Amino acid sequence: MAGEIWVLVEQWRGRISDITYEVLALGREVAEALAGSLQAVVLGPGAGESIFSLGAADGALMVEHSALAEPVPEVYALALAQIIPQRQPQALLIPQTNVTMELGPLLAARLAVPFLNSCRDVQVTDGRPVARCILYGGKVEASVTPQSAPAVFGILPGVRPPEQGRVERAPAVRALSVDLPTEFPLRFRGYTELEAGDVDITRENVLVAVGRGIQRPENVALAEELAAALGGAVCGSRPVIDQRWLPPSRQVGTSGMIVKPQLYLALGISGAPEHAQGMKEAALIVAINTDPRAPIFDIAHYGVVGDLLEIVPAMTTRVKQGKQAA
Amino acid sequence: MLNILVLVKLVPDTVEELEIAPDGRSLDPASVRLILSERDEHALEQGLLLKERYGGTLTVIALDVPEVDDVLFTALAKGADRAVKITGMEPGPSTWTAAGLAARTLAAGPGLLPADLILTGVQAIDDLDGQAGPILARLLELPYVGITCRVEVDPGARSAVVVREYVGGVTGTFEVSLPVVLGVQSAEKPPRYVPVAKVRAAMKSQRLESVPASGESAVMRVEILQLMKPEATGRAVMLDGAPEEVAAQLCDVLAARGLL
Repeated sequence: MAGEIWVLVEQWRGRISDITYEVLALGREVAEALAGSLQAVVLGPGAGESIFSLGAADGALMVEHSALAEPVPEVYALALAQIIPQRQPQALLIPQTNVTMELGPLLAARLAVPFLNSCRDVQVTDGRPVARCILYGGKVEASVTPQSAPAVFGILPGVRPPEQGRVERAPAVRALSVDLPTEFPLRFRGYTELEAGDVDITRENVLVAVGRGIQRPENVALAEELAAALGGAVCGSRPVIDQRWLPPSRQVGTSGMIVKPQLYLALGISGAPEHAQGMKEAALIVAINTDPRAPIFDIAHYGVVGDLLEIVPAMTTRVKQGKQAA
Repeated sequence: MLNILVLVKLVPDTVEELEIAPDGRSLDPASVRLILSERDEHALEQGLLLKERYGGTLTVIALDVPEVDDVLFTALAKGADRAVKITGMEPGPSTWTAAGLAARTLAAGPGLLPADLILTGVQAIDDLDGQAGPILARLLELPYVGITCRVEVDPGARSAVVVREYVGGVTGTFEVSLPVVLGVQSAEKPPRYVPVAKVRAAMKSQRLESVPASGESAVMRVEILQLMKPEATGRAVMLDGAPEEVAAQLCDVLAARGLL
């Protein structure tokens, strides 16, 4: 069945994730450039009513099995490894999030097919799909092409606007069956919600975010003071949470929270993709960083190359003075 | 007694300005300073915590690249029992090639397998065509759990309970039989600090083992056409001046948006 482009429908806790529509929009372009058909691949208990939102695809391939109830990458890989040889798609585009992160490599290893990580775009050149992959925390990009088909691509969030891929129309549904073992060496036991912190950063209008550039735990107080003066809260990127300088409830990024405040002040944050995905929709992004080439300056509205340890206290003083004067 | 293997790799330090080589498809080695991949540092810490909690031996394994000795001696100083470098391999851009080589060399290296737990960082900044953990797991035919943030082992039952991060702060708990390959996102504690004096002492009293890379390395199934610096899109308006002046300008920006 040559000529199919597949997009894996990411479902998270009963809902189709926005990134699915972003990847469908990309898949539509790739399918058209390759004169193929676009198929949405739905694993698990079925998409229910949401199937009607997958109209960007020509068809939906439904794989229903009780073992696919939760997104366990090992089990998903096993299922996909059974249906890919049946239909030989040219490409499988997988949304690359923490729900499915290891699925691509596991699948590529099972089938001995090419895998491309962290794609921020895929275009067709001379009849071949060519991906733009992000490397070195966003400091370098690679244009890469698979040497054979089918090929698996991990697509980063933000590849296209989700509304471009959300089309209300029922795609033609085809059910595929898989034969999965009842016993896996890996058993899913359940989800745990993050213990609520003192502050819900997704509800704050002003966030002062600290990253590795804050250098020492005692410097977090500088950010706290500025946040207090601005009437906001402090949050952080992964390295700061890993060091336990802030609790996990304050983490912004792919495995933490997605925030959309009126102001996001990024202090000493380089802006690696995992962090950017959690905050790039903020209304105003201001970044202070010592590295003039930090990727954060590509998504910030205003930037300062400088020492946050000097600038932040000066800002705090000014904000407080302004408030007193008012 | 657990046999714990921790696979680590060195990656370019992105604090340095990375330059692209004249061939347009690789990094200029002169611009690259290698450091231990951040997630691998967490994998090592998680391994050390497990060793301390349940007893056993921990072996840290890396491909032989410049600066690797420092990284391996540091791991020994932190509490690793053995440090092994896989020699005779040109480091290339492909995670598949490196992971494939490591998988075969583990099988051939003395006293490395069978292991109870094989830990590695969940991802590295140079993972172009995969992630080492899942590739290793498939090649060794072992189960894999990635993005882990907590691991508890039941040595008697030969099983582990592993907590994996999903999104929005939600975690999933898995029970998995040993042996297992884990892709560590973060260790249960921040990676420990080891004083330079202890690293020097390790250099004097301990030795690194070398195992030649064995077998053909796995094929790279992708072709790099070009490396490039990303074009600056929608670059920020940059503000200049002394800290006081910049602070004043930033406050003006916030005031203009009604944020003060």
